[in-house]
Amino acid sequence: MDFSLNDEQSLLKDSLERFIRSDYDFDTRRAHLRSELGYSQATYERFAEFGWTAVPFTEEDGGFGGGPVELMLLMEQFGRGLVIEPYLASIVMAGGALRHSGSAEQKAQWLPGLIDGSITGALACQEPHGRFNLARVATRAQRHDGDWQLSGHKAVVLNARDASVIIVPARTAGEITDRDGISLFALKQGTKGVSLRSYPTVDGLQAADLMLDGVHVGADAMIGKEGHGLAILERAIDDATLAVCAEAVGIMAVLVDKTVEYSKSRKQFGLPIGAFQALQHRMVEMFMEHEQTRSLLYMAAMKLAAGA
Amino acid sequence: MDLNFSEADSAFREEVREFLRNDYPADIREKMERSVRLGREDFVRWQQALFQRGWAAPNWPVEHGGTGWSATQKYIFSTELALANTPAIIPFGLSMVGPVIYTYGSEAQKQRFLPDILASRVWWCQGYSEPGAGSDLASLKMRADRDGDHYVINGTKTWTTLAQFADWIFLLARTTTDVARKQEGISFILADMRSAGISVRPIITIDGEHEVNEVHFENVRVPVDNLVGEEGKGWTYGKLLLQHERAGIAAVARSKFRLERLRRLTAEAPEGGEALLDDPVFRRKLAALEIELLALEYTDLRTLAAVATGGAPGPESSILKIKGTEVQQAIDELYMEAAGCYALPFTPELYATPDIDDVQRIGPPWAADTTPHYLNGRKVSIYGGTNEIQKNIISKAVLGL
Ligand SMILES: Cc1cc2nc3c(=O)[nH]c(=O)nc-3n(C[C@H](O)[C@H](O)[C@H](O)COP(=O)(O)OP(=O)(O)OC[C@H]3O[C@@H](n4cnc5c(N)ncnc54)[C@H](O)[C@@H]3O)c2cc1C
Repeated sequence: MDFSLNDEQSLLKDSLERFIRSDYDFDTRRAHLRSELGYSQATYERFAEFGWTAVPFTEEDGGFGGGPVELMLLMEQFGRGLVIEPYLASIVMAGGALRHSGSAEQKAQWLPGLIDGSITGALACQEPHGRFNLARVATRAQRHDGDWQLSGHKAVVLNARDASVIIVPARTAGEITDRDGISLFALKQGTKGVSLRSYPTVDGLQAADLMLDGVHVGADAMIGKEGHGLAILERAIDDATLAVCAEAVGIMAVLVDKTVEYSKSRKQFGLPIGAFQALQHRMVEMFMEHEQTRSLLYMAAMKLAAGA
Repeated sequence: MDLNFSEADSAFREEVREFLRNDYPADIREKMERSVRLGREDFVRWQQALFQRGWAAPNWPVEHGGTGWSATQKYIFSTELALANTPAIIPFGLSMVGPVIYTYGSEAQKQRFLPDILASRVWWCQGYSEPGAGSDLASLKMRADRDGDHYVINGTKTWTTLAQFADWIFLLARTTTDVARKQEGISFILADMRSAGISVRPIITIDGEHEVNEVHFENVRVPVDNLVGEEGKGWTYGKLLLQHERAGIAAVARSKFRLERLRRLTAEAPEGGEALLDDPVFRRKLAALEIELLALEYTDLRTLAAVATGGAPGPESSILKIKGTEVQQAIDELYMEAAGCYALPFTPELYATPDIDDVQRIGPPWAADTTPHYLNGRKVSIYGGTNEIQKNIISKAVLGL
């Protein structure tokens, strides 16, 4: 039982903290948010220079072989800065499916670009009636002269508009909610028959609904074994869940700090409002919820690292 | 970061389990299982079993009889004890006055008092609160006036838990009234409960129990040798003790046991009916509590780990106290819900008697004390410093407000 970070993890944390504090100020972020892309490609490439986009990939794949703890450290700081670059969608979600189960060719095709930040990816893990059940896949893939033909509707796919590769689960066998019979396909942006309806999300990111209308892909686009896609999806989504938990804890930490800070400077009735007990107790609640959530985060990261 | 227990830790857990299998007295175990009220002798016998094994005081320094365990071992120990449904350790000697004596007491006091505390040969009680001094403890009025080699003590302590069993009491009393701050001039004094002039009056609480008392002091003469540390510094010593008390009140492992037990109890479907555990509303409440408790368990572990690597438990013990007691009270409510109509009968005499069989009881044996337990449990957010006071502490000490 050990809650301490090793030296490399401490270094990673320090460099992230420094970057978020000094290079990711709120006004610049806001300007990037209003740009056409909605984030800064230059900033994203700096993530790559720092090696952050390489963290979860194995050394063989050109990465650093980081695990859940490293992912947690990254995402907590990204939460602190409300980072808008598509790390989650590209590295954790699409990158997760590819690194867990991609063939050598698929990895060679996509990972270098994902890691150096020149391209991004997306994972279309939800459908309109899915209600977060990953196994509910109504999108169908049918054999067609040795190729596959995909039809269906994917909901709220993060980063779909800008991704060069979109990973799409489709049913190659079975009924809509069967756990077996789901296969994953790597779809290139711009493939015929794919139409996107893009929109901004409430937290400043980009997402799209994806309509697939008889989309042709080659047999080599299938990731992992036919019909066994759900396990890959679940692994990637486990990582992504940890990532958004860490992001949330980073956000909570900032909220506690900023609120307390403000309550010390804002004056009413001749006193800083932080002197009023009704407000003090509410801020203590915030502090406790933050610590309790952080405890669950550490537990989740360590369990994921232990393979539980 | 790493969750795994080492092989040595797993072996240690086995050792604790084996001890519990062999040395946890079967009759006490059965009383606990059937919610039969424990008597003084039950608590003492259980604590002496721990003492025989050398495990009475895991938190004490080794030279005074502590175990020298790592944080992980302490965690394993308290978890295993709770999961085996062992009685609570009475804190007044082992976790309260003991640490004060070995930290601030004289050599003679250490030799005189610590061995008896360790071996549970002497029962202590805590004389802090007074009718006019609860949260605002420093406004206490009990006086200890010097008269030659003695202090003469006058005043009233209240809410004194299990004073009716106690051989000794530790007191906060005023030795000087002429002070700039009311925290000054308070002394930490040990008194023999058999001293002339001490009388104990029971307070019966809403659950029908005799757990707390009022203790009156009328010209009670206590040798000055029984002053701990320096005269007038009692407030500092008394505060140290409160931090130990708070972490203990969180009772994370016991809550874990109680929730697991509740899950077991509600999983049984009655004839021709559905198990309560299959009711979505109940399940949801149970799950929400389990998650809150899981978070608390890890907050507890983080605190233990920080202490083990040289950090202080500090104000975080206030989080444990607040959240821990909120969870306990929510569990009490769920037990009542699970007991259904059998939460209503109020039959203290039936759960006070060990030899009564289950047939004579009303409702399932575990349900008999759910309501009294709920009522009794209202105390946990009050004693050890109320939860509002804990929030004041965090607000000041952590948030800097
Ligand atoms: C079952 C039980 C056993 C006990 N055992 C012992 C024992 O063995 N020895 C011992 O010395 N004491 C014991 N106590 C006493 C306990 O420590 C006190 O009850 C506790 O400190 C609160 O004091 P009070 O009861 O006087 O309440 P008060 O201090 O009068 O508080 C009443 C209410 O006002 C609130 N309040 C008070 N001040 C503030 C503030 N500044 N800000 C916000 N809210 C405030 C409190 O939170 C509470 O809700 C026991 C109490 C109980 C219930």
